[in-house]
Amino acid sequence: MQQLLNTLLGGLTLGMVYAAFALALVMIWRSTRIVNFAQAPMAMVTTFIALSVIDAGHSYWLGFAAALLSGLVLGAVVERVLVRPVEGGPEINAVILTLGLFIVLHALASVIFGNRFRSFPAPFGVRGIEVGDTTIALTTSGVFTILAVLAVMGLLVLLFRFTDIGLRMRAAAHEPEVARLLGVRVGRMLTLGWALASLVGSLAGLLIASGSLVHPSYMDSVVVYGFVAAVLGGLDSPLGAVLGGLLLGLSLSLVSGYVGSQLVALAALGILVVVLLLRPGGLFAPAAARRV
Amino acid sequence: MPAPTRTAALTWWRHSLLGRHLLVAALGLLVVVAVLESVSDFRNVQLASMAYLGIAAGGLTVLTGLNGQLSLGHGALMAVGAYTTALCLPGPDAVVPLPVAVLASVLVTLLVGALVGVAAARLHGPYLAGATLALAVAVPGLALFFEERLGGEQGLRVALPEIPAWVLDLAFFVTGQELTRSRYVAYLGWLTLLVTFVLLANLSRSRVGRRWRAVRDGEVAAELAGIRLGQARVSAFVVSAAAAGAAGAMMAISVRLAAPSGFTLTLSLTLLTAVVLGGLGSLAGALVGAALLTFLPQLVTRIGTDAGLSDIQAAELSPLVYGLVMVLVVLLAPAGLVGTLRLALLRRRARRPASPVAGIPDPRHIPDSPGPSDSPGRPAGQTHDPATTSKGHTS
Amino acid sequence: MKTRLRRTAPLVGVLASAVLLAGCGAGGRDDEGGEEGGGGGATDVGVTEDSVTVGAHFPLTGVAAPGYSEIPTGAQAYFDFVNAQGGVHGREIEYIVKDDGYNPTNTSTVTNELVLQEEIFAMVGGLGTPTHSAVVDFLRDEGVPDLFVSSGSLMWGDDPDSYPTTFGWQTDYESEGKIIGQYVAENMPDAKVGLFLQDDDFGEDAEKGVRQFLDDQIVGVERYTSGNTDVAPQITGLQASGADLVLGFTTPSYTALAKLVSLTTGFTPKWFFSNVGSDSALVGSLLERFSEGAVSGGGGALDGTMTTEYLAGVDQPDDPWVQLWQQVWEEHGEKGKLTNYRIYGMSQAYTFVQALQAAGEDLTREGLVEALQESGADFAGPHLAPYRYGEDSHLGISGMRLVELTGGSSEPLTPVLVTDIGDAPIEEDSSGQADDAPPEGGVPTE
Repeated sequence: MQQLLNTLLGGLTLGMVYAAFALALVMIWRSTRIVNFAQAPMAMVTTFIALSVIDAGHSYWLGFAAALLSGLVLGAVVERVLVRPVEGGPEINAVILTLGLFIVLHALASVIFGNRFRSFPAPFGVRGIEVGDTTIALTTSGVFTILAVLAVMGLLVLLFRFTDIGLRMRAAAHEPEVARLLGVRVGRMLTLGWALASLVGSLAGLLIASGSLVHPSYMDSVVVYGFVAAVLGGLDSPLGAVLGGLLLGLSLSLVSGYVGSQLVALAALGILVVVLLLRPGGLFAPAAARRV
Repeated sequence: MPAPTRTAALTWWRHSLLGRHLLVAALGLLVVVAVLESVSDFRNVQLASMAYLGIAAGGLTVLTGLNGQLSLGHGALMAVGAYTTALCLPGPDAVVPLPVAVLASVLVTLLVGALVGVAAARLHGPYLAGATLALAVAVPGLALFFEERLGGEQGLRVALPEIPAWVLDLAFFVTGQELTRSRYVAYLGWLTLLVTFVLLANLSRSRVGRRWRAVRDGEVAAELAGIRLGQARVSAFVVSAAAAGAAGAMMAISVRLAAPSGFTLTLSLTLLTAVVLGGLGSLAGALVGAALLTFLPQLVTRIGTDAGLSDIQAAELSPLVYGLVMVLVVLLAPAGLVGTLRLALLRRRARRPASPVAGIPDPRHIPDSPGPSDSPGRPAGQTHDPATTSKGHTS
Repeated sequence: MKTRLRRTAPLVGVLASAVLLAGCGAGGRDDEGGEEGGGGGATDVGVTEDSVTVGAHFPLTGVAAPGYSEIPTGAQAYFDFVNAQGGVHGREIEYIVKDDGYNPTNTSTVTNELVLQEEIFAMVGGLGTPTHSAVVDFLRDEGVPDLFVSSGSLMWGDDPDSYPTTFGWQTDYESEGKIIGQYVAENMPDAKVGLFLQDDDFGEDAEKGVRQFLDDQIVGVERYTSGNTDVAPQITGLQASGADLVLGFTTPSYTALAKLVSLTTGFTPKWFFSNVGSDSALVGSLLERFSEGAVSGGGGALDGTMTTEYLAGVDQPDDPWVQLWQQVWEEHGEKGKLTNYRIYGMSQAYTFVQALQAAGEDLTREGLVEALQESGADFAGPHLAPYRYGEDSHLGISGMRLVELTGGSSEPLTPVLVTDIGDAPIEEDSSGQADDAPPEGGVPTE
């Protein structure tokens, strides 16, 4: 019983991180109809920036802020310089572009930060919370992870639903021509969308890294899991992304604990294929015909 | 030569597609023999790995360039081929002859490819990329899970059967040199590459290939023309997978091992790099891409160490270069290196006054040439191909 | 002109091939003519009057690089030390290290480079089981001595008939499993034992050894896949099995991850980590930054943990061998401190110098292999138990002692125990190997 509980709690924390990552993918998809395969290495680079700040003797939270800020800037620069020319073009070019960026960031990080395991501090304790005389596998840091992702999701909903800038961003994404006629600076909105998405991605990177080991490819599997989570939720809905992330985190944790850790990636593939073939609009969408 | 023969030869050259490809392949074979015989064992080993990368890239370029499907899972398909070869060749006294092992690898990969292809045919763009990416990451785990059969982390060793005596004799007769194992492996790789390329080239110029292109260029139009989209997509995937299987077999033979760590995401991305570098849809481009992937790392690493980087940092320079080139190709030269060169050539020729003899080459005879009207915004994967629109093209 | 060229191209091709055939196909192949180079002769590939070139593959980048990448720096320092004293039989040792990133496909590439391009005389200390097994056939076929593979797999030496040129070096994982297994069976008969294993031959060989003694005591077995850093489900599984003693056959990164996750779940068994994964300096450095001092950093991170050793390490600064290594490192080492990994590399290099001495002045590949097989078992050196080199076995060090880590140093729990694979008995070592002192000058003599 306790094993099941602990496995599920582990899955919950991990699922929240996948959710944050899926959220970042969804934001970019909504604004530019591009799946950003370079999301993971972008987050990895910002995590290493945080680590450099912390290594220089500053506090964890300064590193945290540095990572989020650099994520924001990186996202904006990538959109403006690299993605803009292929926006609206054929899908395949955008995919190849983000994969190229994937390789570049990877190699750059290895050259600059070194290609080895390094430990990344946690903001709070890494000991499990004690309930009575048993310890459950939920740490203060884990609680922080869950709260942080929920907060970010809430903030995004507020931004898109209730603010003027959110409305402009949505308009720019959905009806760029009309939005342009109405005076929305569509280009800027898209840049902003990428910047915010990259910030959320950085947060996911930081949360995975906290209290664990990092090296330049520590986020690689998250590319796949984040994508699967986003597709589970329909790739279009922030709430769907979070639910998809949770569901995936829990499922993968169960597979790893009870079947075999070698099959985690295969399980993710299986889930992805089943969803794509049976419910292409995502688990939570009304079963509408949709081209995937 | 009397005039009638001359025109006959000309007509033959124009119309016999297979003949033309075979001729190019025969010339290729001569070049291969000349090169493999004149370089060291070490270069032969490098050329063998160029051959298997080239085969896989050739298969991928047909899928991505001609049919518009982007697969990041070809590394996984190569793994299927490599493991099949490894299972066929467990010891020095091989259970099955080498050609049978290679054919079995192609066949098994083809079947797996059909399965994946059926699922892939329903996906497009980023969905397909994401799903095949998951495939690339997931498949190596199978080798770990079925450790008893597939050898787990350390993989299966591949025992290359003894070189048959007649091959040794033939090689000595033709070249006057003893055939070393490294050179033998290089020959195997390059022969497979030539055969694969002839088949791929023929297929892509045939009715099947035209259908693939039609599907890529416009699904609605293709459907109106009576092409079944699913069938065309699956067939392209199957052909491409078969090539990946052959590549996997060659990789297993030249590395002498099939292990999960050889088939990481990096391999799949590397193949994509080769294809993009060379120009999507062009077999020659795939070969150029494979050559760059094989020989660039050493060069770049040396430049890096000379510039004062540590060995470890210098080792990371070559992926950096690949990635940068990939990004730049998409942004600046969507037709790829070979495609862009060809385009420039075409433009230059087009500017010259047409003479009745030389003239502008019939675009139909330039395999997969990008259209002269290639605009900067034109997709890498969807370079305009006159062959799909021109009428009366016979093969 | 253009058409003419194009039209004649096929003709040229046919002609060219005909010429080529006629020119080269001058006669039949001489089956007997191939013998050259092998056997006889005073020198061999990679050997000159004043130099001998050797090579190795190591993970200098990637997930396996921490720790392991230090081994070749140690070997290099010791070779420099020997070269500074005139080398062996007047030959300086040139040592070429190539990075394979712990990826067998790369190992194959770099080994080709070493053997065919750099023309090394021997491979010395190539690291890793999956990596080295990719090239062991190639090295045999090329006749390259493949000495002292840096891995405890049984593959390096249990079958000298099939691999006559391959030699192991460190104590194999099965023997290690047997030694810890017997200790637990005798001293902790009530312990409920959990196994935490790397999912490859390392975990597998060790489990085989452990099960010889503890089959009844084992309550749970969990395996992790190298590369997947989420080991929480595995540790949770061990906890659920009720284990109060966990035997970990892990690499250092996974030792750290296991300790970390067990904090999360409040799992506090007695730990044993194999020699491979128990470098307290490295594990400590990985763990030290976790918050609130929840894990003590530095050498104390593994306090109370049991492990094994077959070489004296940096925690024994008074050991004469460690003093020698310290001197070598100060004179010839790179930046950074002496570590156990560097000691490992130096000890391997020391054994290679002994082998060169034993092979005599006329250095050939065959001669080197013969010398090791004949006299390797009697080599004095830093290793605590004798090598098993001989006609029937090319396995390396035959035993180790169990120690408990405390405050950055180690307390012996047993004397040096020797054994072999299979059902060979475990005995106290009577050879006195552990008492060997380094030779004067630090370079072995014949």
